[in-house]
Amino acid sequence: MSETTTKESSYVTDELIASDIDAYLIKHQHKSLLRFITCGSVDDGKSTLIGRLLYDSKMIFEDQLAAVEADSKKFGTQGQNIDFALLVDGLAAEREQGITIDVAYRFFATEKRKFIVADTPGHEQYTRNMVTGASTADLAVILIDARKGVLTQTRRHSYLAHLIGIRNLVVAVNKMDLIGYDHDRYDAIVAEYRQFATSIGIKNFTPMPISGFKGDNITSKSENTPWYTGPSLMQHLESVELDVTADQAKKFRLPVQWVNRPNLDFRGFSGLVSSGVVKPGDAVRVLPSGKTSTVTRIVTYDGDLPQAVAGQSVTLTFADEVDCSRGDVITLADEPVQVADQFEVNLVWMSDEALIPGRSYWIKIGTQLVSASIHAPKYTVNVNTLEHVAAKTLELNAIGVTNIVTDKPIPFEAYADNRALGGFIVIDKMTNATVGAGMINFSLRRSQNVHWQALDVSRESRAKLKNQQAGVLWFTGLSGAGKSTIANLVEKKLLRMNRHTFLLDGDNVRHGLNKDLGFTDADRIENIRRVGEVAKLMTDAGLIVVTAFISPFRSERELVRSMVAPGEFIEIFIDTSLEDAEKRDVKGLYKKARAGELKNFTGIDSPYEAPQQPEIHIDTSKLTAEEAADLIIAKLIP
Amino acid sequence: MDAVTDTVTLTHLQRLEAESIHIMREVVAETEKPVMLYSVGKDSAVMLHLARKAFYPSPPPFPLLHVDTTWKFKAMYELRDKMAQESGMELLVYQNPEAKAKGINPFDHGPLHTDMWKTEGLKQALDKYGFDAAFGGARRDEEKSRAKERIFSFRSTNHRWDPKSQRPELWNIYNARKAKGESIRVFPISNWTELDIWQYIHLENIPIVPLYFAAKRPTVQRDGLTIMVDDDRFPFAPGEVPEMKSIRFRTLGCYPLSGAVESEAKTLPEVIQEMLLTTTSERQGRVIDKDAGGASMEKKKQEGYF
Ligand SMILES: Nc1nc2c(ncn2[C@@H]2O[C@H](COP(=O)(O)OP(=O)(O)OP(=O)(O)O)[C@@H](O)[C@H]2O)c(=O)[nH]1
Ligand SMILES: [Mg+2]
Repeated sequence: MSETTTKESSYVTDELIASDIDAYLIKHQHKSLLRFITCGSVDDGKSTLIGRLLYDSKMIFEDQLAAVEADSKKFGTQGQNIDFALLVDGLAAEREQGITIDVAYRFFATEKRKFIVADTPGHEQYTRNMVTGASTADLAVILIDARKGVLTQTRRHSYLAHLIGIRNLVVAVNKMDLIGYDHDRYDAIVAEYRQFATSIGIKNFTPMPISGFKGDNITSKSENTPWYTGPSLMQHLESVELDVTADQAKKFRLPVQWVNRPNLDFRGFSGLVSSGVVKPGDAVRVLPSGKTSTVTRIVTYDGDLPQAVAGQSVTLTFADEVDCSRGDVITLADEPVQVADQFEVNLVWMSDEALIPGRSYWIKIGTQLVSASIHAPKYTVNVNTLEHVAAKTLELNAIGVTNIVTDKPIPFEAYADNRALGGFIVIDKMTNATVGAGMINFSLRRSQNVHWQALDVSRESRAKLKNQQAGVLWFTGLSGAGKSTIANLVEKKLLRMNRHTFLLDGDNVRHGLNKDLGFTDADRIENIRRVGEVAKLMTDAGLIVVTAFISPFRSERELVRSMVAPGEFIEIFIDTSLEDAEKRDVKGLYKKARAGELKNFTGIDSPYEAPQQPEIHIDTSKLTAEEAADLIIAKLIP
Repeated sequence: MDAVTDTVTLTHLQRLEAESIHIMREVVAETEKPVMLYSVGKDSAVMLHLARKAFYPSPPPFPLLHVDTTWKFKAMYELRDKMAQESGMELLVYQNPEAKAKGINPFDHGPLHTDMWKTEGLKQALDKYGFDAAFGGARRDEEKSRAKERIFSFRSTNHRWDPKSQRPELWNIYNARKAKGESIRVFPISNWTELDIWQYIHLENIPIVPLYFAAKRPTVQRDGLTIMVDDDRFPFAPGEVPEMKSIRFRTLGCYPLSGAVESEAKTLPEVIQEMLLTTTSERQGRVIDKDAGGASMEKKKQEGYF
């Protein structure tokens, strides 16, 4: 075995374990916890460093070490020596390729502290996994290969770590053994990094020269770097100051997870206190409703508590029967959070499929899940030059600033003030994948007190005057399914019944309002969004709006549904098989599409997502247009 | 009332407890039909205890599922029934009928035993009841591919895990949305270590199977492991007699597959002391990890093992 792997670590097992286990356990129980990540460019030695830390802190058992020794011979990158990276790169694909793909969480403890370290991948392709690791870290060790200096990924990871709010940074210039522990080269790299760091607002960081492979400056100061006067990495990790009670000093916030109702006599609100302190007797407020009450008990399995602080999972009961449910936020009565529906956010995109501006996504923030549409970015950031680059969308790994609009006002705080109420994930409605991570900067307008201009003439009174209930009859189906024909008949019949209607269809809209739009996915979405907005105004005017658009995407139809008042969106699925529609081909469009003359044609080279639960389902193989129209009227006006 | 609030420093275990409770409540709020896999081991004991805390004063709003192999230690069956009763939760016991019919056992069928009773049994049970989320007591410190797994881990309709396309998991926000037929395995004690588990059991006085403590028990040697003879189904070699030894277990599974350690540790602090001074990992006593080489656990999980 080589000299490096047999070298005794300076971290010996705590003597108390053998002599007085009870004393040891009490001591261990009160150790503080540091969560950190290693990050930086590909092959800079992140996994190797963590393997080394685990090994030196005696966290590797004999059987694990034997397995790694055997693996090192098979996959190792260090000849006959132990490849420490194999202690962390646990997936078969990682071992075969010698790279890290996903975050590994490892645990170790020294006499002073306990650690959870997340080893993150350097490859740009897997940046989302680095962000995953960074989101829960108190400190980041940014590695730099001494031979290569500061690289794009070094900058990207530094930028992301800073953006996500990690304020303790260690810059470990690694592989010092390969440059003969050259002091000048080290200084040059640190100077280059400092320049970049300052420009992104990083105020300070702790640089150190190390070799994860040889063990220099890892657990003790190395003789190879006599010019280095700072601490070893482990000394630094053990002593870096953590403000673990900082969240308690902030205002009280508890996002409600679950309403606890074991029987009629008990109604409690369960959640994790995200900041502050609450006590029985405190006057509290529930957001967004703004209702107030008083805390009567803080209930836990171990008995009622005299107070609950940030970081505790508890159940509160109130003196009054106020409405409070999952997604609401409980605060002290005189320290409420803001409520808004439009925000400027930082957004990190994590999906191979680029952001589609205007499309509706799910957003999960705290315990709330809401529909939101994301605007085209104001700009994206070039991590090398830090330039703000104009962009129409966000591609995989892009970092940008944009506005989002939620479909209802939500309680929130700026990410900088409260991560739990300012950080969110973006979920694709079709695939359910987590496609982005966002951080709220501020709300664009406070809807807390400012409501929509309350009009003296209400939408209800306008509809009433017309002796009808306003609504949107939304026809959807393939081209040639019969949407326009049936919609026209329905409108005629309604007119005969003295109803006030308006028909919006592809032709009258495409030639005016939307003449700037084509047929790409993004344009189709914008087309429907605008139609939705117009339809909404018309329902406010008390009209029955009839629309006939292919509207192929489920999420856009749902977007319109969410825009109009509940119950006013009637989705009517004109169901015709592609075969039948193509057979009819009244306008000859299918033929053109098949010949490749028409691009993005629904059903041919662009998908049609059929409604799953339309209010009305018309099977055109069984009904004539006239029959279909009668059926629709019968359903609308019973 | 006192205007000045004393700041409280939560211990590491208090934070872990709060995190696990938060995870369990998210699952109950966001999935349709959750279940807790209950294997009666120490991790299950902690998980069940946390569930009781999470929903108190309600009983945990999901059943316990024991995927049984018929080869667990007798003491495990006893504790299982007792804990189900005490917690007021429904206990579902599932035994793969095919494995039962074929008489699959650890002596004659090697890896097939785990495969049919546990992996297949679990898939069948989840499908039978239509559970869309299952809590499991796996920890990241147990094994290298577990160290890579998310807290919310998705399984396709045929229960496969795809380690290369895990969803990003940021802060403590969990995306529980899934398509019909897909399900989630949720690991609320992902961030606990073996030491945390023992220490918590100690502090909270959680009932565990007595086999975790040393006592004189009948043993035989098999493939380098010390196996305890728990019933008369054990096939002896001609002339073989079990030897009485003071042993205990670090992990419990099927009795013919669980390797014991010789020990005198009769109390929890003694068990913890031995654990901290030992030089081998807890999974070393498991036959199951050894049958398929380096990436065995990862492969098993891809096939639907927990
Ligand atoms: N000589 C020397 N080699 C090192 C040192 N640190 C890492 N290496 C080698 O550098 C190579 C890459 O190391 P890894 O630890 O896999 O790098 P990584 O940063 O985790 O890579 P990714 O996770 O794939 O981004 C391996 O061959 C290591 O043995 C060091 O300090 N000195
Ligand atoms: Mg790595």
